[in-house]
Amino acid sequence: MRFTKDHEWVEVDGDIATVGITAYAAEQLGDVVFVETPAVGKIVKAGEGLAVVESVKAASDVYAPISGEVVAANDGLSDAPETVNASAETDGWFARVKIADAAELDALMDRAAYEQYLGTL
Amino acid sequence: MADALKTTILNAAHRAIPGARMVEFGGYDMPVQYADGIMAEHRWTRENAGAFDVSHMGPCFLVLDKRSGDPEADHAAIAEIVETLVPGDIKGLKPGQLRYSMLLNGQGGMIDDLMIGRPRVTARNGMLYIVVNAGGKEADFELFRQAAAGKATLRRADERGLIAVQGPRAVEAVAKILPEVAALSFMFLVRLEYEGQGIICSRSGYTGEDGLEILIPAGIARAFWDRLLQDPLVKPIGLGARDSLRLEAGLPLYGHDADETVSPVEANLAFAISKRRRREQNFPGAARIEHELDGALARKRVGLLIEGAPAREGAEIADANGRIVGRVTSGGFSPTLSRPIAMGFVPPELSTPGTKLSVFVRGKSQGAEVTGLPFVAHRYVRKA
Repeated sequence: MRFTKDHEWVEVDGDIATVGITAYAAEQLGDVVFVETPAVGKIVKAGEGLAVVESVKAASDVYAPISGEVVAANDGLSDAPETVNASAETDGWFARVKIADAAELDALMDRAAYEQYLGTL
Repeated sequence: MADALKTTILNAAHRAIPGARMVEFGGYDMPVQYADGIMAEHRWTRENAGAFDVSHMGPCFLVLDKRSGDPEADHAAIAEIVETLVPGDIKGLKPGQLRYSMLLNGQGGMIDDLMIGRPRVTARNGMLYIVVNAGGKEADFELFRQAAAGKATLRRADERGLIAVQGPRAVEAVAKILPEVAALSFMFLVRLEYEGQGIICSRSGYTGEDGLEILIPAGIARAFWDRLLQDPLVKPIGLGARDSLRLEAGLPLYGHDADETVSPVEANLAFAISKRRRREQNFPGAARIEHELDGALARKRVGLLIEGAPAREGAEIADANGRIVGRVTSGGFSPTLSRPIAMGFVPPELSTPGTKLSVFVRGKSQGAEVTGLPFVAHRYVRKA
């Protein structure tokens, strides 16, 4: 699993990247009450909006960590947005993206680097 | 960095609570939530008792410079000064009664909303207890000073602690410390002695629940707060849940659901315009307000049940033909109803409950049905 400074995670399996937000981000957001996942087929660029996650208080953008085409979205989150709080880094995934440029993954942090980054916040 | 944030007398108490998350609000460093989070804090308040630090607000006293000694005459004299600023019946307050009202500008727009209370004890008549919002308190205090010049003096009390305890078990919890509060009816206040100092307890609040608001001298506020939180019925609640509670209760938040362009009639607060004052037509903006009460109303604050994503402040509201007819002024997720709710302004012909409208969230149209306020029934306790 690799991480962004905006607290997204990416799990790569072949040329497919599963994307979510980290447990730290979910904890900071508080109770998630709504998730807007992207449409399948949408082309996203790294750093652009991929999804929106809403807590009681506010809406927050989730950015695409890598560029590519959305091939799946976690529709289960529409009925159970609280999954993001309960299992942020597993069942709370937002979308699967077909990776356009694997080199973009090199810019992301590994777990140790992310944890170190959290320590600076 | 901008100006340093102000702190309430309870700031260190918040920071000592594990998980307290502090944010800027009204120029103050305030807790938005504690470890349990907004949803759990909201539910705790609806079921038990929540303690809120609202010391950032603007409590003050307006006191006649020369009292006659006749409590009714002295009350009438101080009320007459305040009635030059508000449309409410302040002269008609009973001893110990508290009333919600609003400061109006010459065009009938709301400068702020506020609570005004009359002392219960006759010896203290000739003064009023007033609480305004944090954001505009300096300007509000100046309005009172000008209106009272030569006749009465404003004594600010915003260096003290102001603690709201809200929820169905709030009075039970506070009565363990101050037994006298159990006898209060909603929208009445009493001055009590605690640790040898005067405190003011009003049975009031801004959550839709029964509860109390307690003005307490700075030197004993922290000890009182700590003692309150030792009760297992009471948990500290942040401003996040305060906002979701008042939204469910359909109560306007000044600066969002009301501002200097909004009249009390538009804000759906016409109940606060006294019949006598309406006859007398002697409050700021009376002509506009009379016009609006006669039916010439441009917009009205309504409740909206939102389909889909929460519609937040600023979201456009459209009619059945897609024409933009207004904007959301507060919106979010209702923990009690488990759905998004919002308040906003629409033309009066679209303000009937059941009217189907839509809201735009991130460019997409979503259903929004007009509903009566409050969203969640008030549970105030009024005694005979």
